[in-house]
Amino acid sequence: MTGVQDAAGVQETAGVQETAGERVGAPVTTAEVCIVACAEAWRGDGEIAASPMGQIPTAGARLARATFEPDLLLSDGEARFVTGTWALGQPPPGPAEGWIPFRAIFDLAWHGSRHVMMSPAQIDRYGNANISAIGDYARPTRQLLGVRGAPGNTVNHPTSYWVPRHLPRVFVPRVDMVSGVGYDRASAAGPEAGEFLDLRRVVTNLAVLDFGGPDRSMRLVSVHPGITVDDVVAATGFELATDGDVPQTRLPTTAELTLIRDVIDPAGLRNGEVRG
Amino acid sequence: MVARLQSGMTIGIGGWGSRRKPMSLVRAILRSDLRDLTVVSYGGPDVGLLCAAGKIRRLVFGFVSLDSIPLEPHFQAARQAAAIEVTEYDEGMLQWALYAAACRLPFLPSRAGLGSDVLAVNPQLRTVRSPYDDAAELVAVPALPLDAALVHLNRADAAGNAQFLGDDLYFDDLFCTAAEQAYVSCERIVPTAELEAAGLTRLRVHRWMVAGVVEAPNGAHFTSCAPDYGRDEAFQRRYATAAKDPEQWARFAATYLSGDEAAYQSAVAALRAEASA
Repeated sequence: MTGVQDAAGVQETAGVQETAGERVGAPVTTAEVCIVACAEAWRGDGEIAASPMGQIPTAGARLARATFEPDLLLSDGEARFVTGTWALGQPPPGPAEGWIPFRAIFDLAWHGSRHVMMSPAQIDRYGNANISAIGDYARPTRQLLGVRGAPGNTVNHPTSYWVPRHLPRVFVPRVDMVSGVGYDRASAAGPEAGEFLDLRRVVTNLAVLDFGGPDRSMRLVSVHPGITVDDVVAATGFELATDGDVPQTRLPTTAELTLIRDVIDPAGLRNGEVRG
Repeated sequence: MVARLQSGMTIGIGGWGSRRKPMSLVRAILRSDLRDLTVVSYGGPDVGLLCAAGKIRRLVFGFVSLDSIPLEPHFQAARQAAAIEVTEYDEGMLQWALYAAACRLPFLPSRAGLGSDVLAVNPQLRTVRSPYDDAAELVAVPALPLDAALVHLNRADAAGNAQFLGDDLYFDDLFCTAAEQAYVSCERIVPTAELEAAGLTRLRVHRWMVAGVVEAPNGAHFTSCAPDYGRDEAFQRRYATAAKDPEQWARFAATYLSGDEAAYQSAVAALRAEASA
């Protein structure tokens, strides 16, 4: 994407990260910034299940637990809660601490003790998200997965989103099939829909956004190194709220970089999801 | 077993995505003249194959996926050609629909669904108001009784007591109890006395739920059936690639789906021998 790969941006990134150069070598990449931005989604969550979908959110959840959010529960992607910190694409070495067949996951979700990060094909300014089908519902131009657990997840517990490619066709004025519920739709549906609706943040390859805009609309929180506000606005198909000067997304600390590179993703799977 | 099914029935299929699907029974349906089925599934290649064979009139689903390959190509093609009718639910709503049927209740209340387009695309769904002080308005997920359920377990006895040996039963017991008649295929039929050794808590499908049991070794292939075998990823890739192209699909169907289950299993074994040679 724009800017991230340019030499000046990379240099500046490495420079800000004082000791990164000698300690971990290579300059900070966009994927690593995204992992940290995803990890931040779970900050303050305490003893709940973090359910990431996708490599970068998964790395983020493991990083959050390994550093500032030690009480999080993490699954092996199958049917167990596991302890420890382990590599993407590898089975967890640590002992299980719980059995979570799908039925238990549903119970957990409806109880509210979970914060999911899903990856939408479309999302609008109030956070309605589509993972089901693109185009006319009766005859979609592109059938996707189906709504999965998105309707239940969003109205029951905190939800964040990860968009590996921030494009106008993803950030749309209206999504074709509301799978994850947004703030306007919840308001229209009544108090039971909005009682536990809690859309936390949207992390993309360009920026971090939340729903702190007018009427809980999407707001630009920070831009990644080398990205401008204009880049994000141009890649977004609806009006984006901003509060004055938009800061840069925080960079990984040296300790975080070491964890990402040596422990969580030594194989570099993060680079398959986000380039640069 | 499949001879006991009829066209137009509502049939639930156990397992989850591309995991422990009763594929030998699905293949038997492909060979039958059954049609106009309403299929209820946490869908995987069971749904894809039945779509490709034109067996499905309506699909009740929360998702259809091959897990390691996110999108199911035959299901996509069927939807994109408007070849099937759909009832799309949140995954939890689908559980509730089966559980309501299993408990002989007309509906179960659910927060899941509120505010989403699941209500818009299913105009038959109603909400219900709590009679208590909260007066909460929730989705009334209607019971989804099944004419038949098909599930694949690791072990069973001849009476139909069946157990899962992997990490997840999925919703197989619910499919069975929501159904008028439930059919179990299994990797191995064993004497009742051998069942408990693997753990009492794994004996979750009971003979009162089950109308028939059949031994079908490798019967979940190419989906996973842990710990007996994992998903046959190479075969699944072959399936998914073929499914995207009519000519390739015709070849795939001629090789793997034109004969009976024994022919399927020997074609799979031959492919495996070829790959390891």
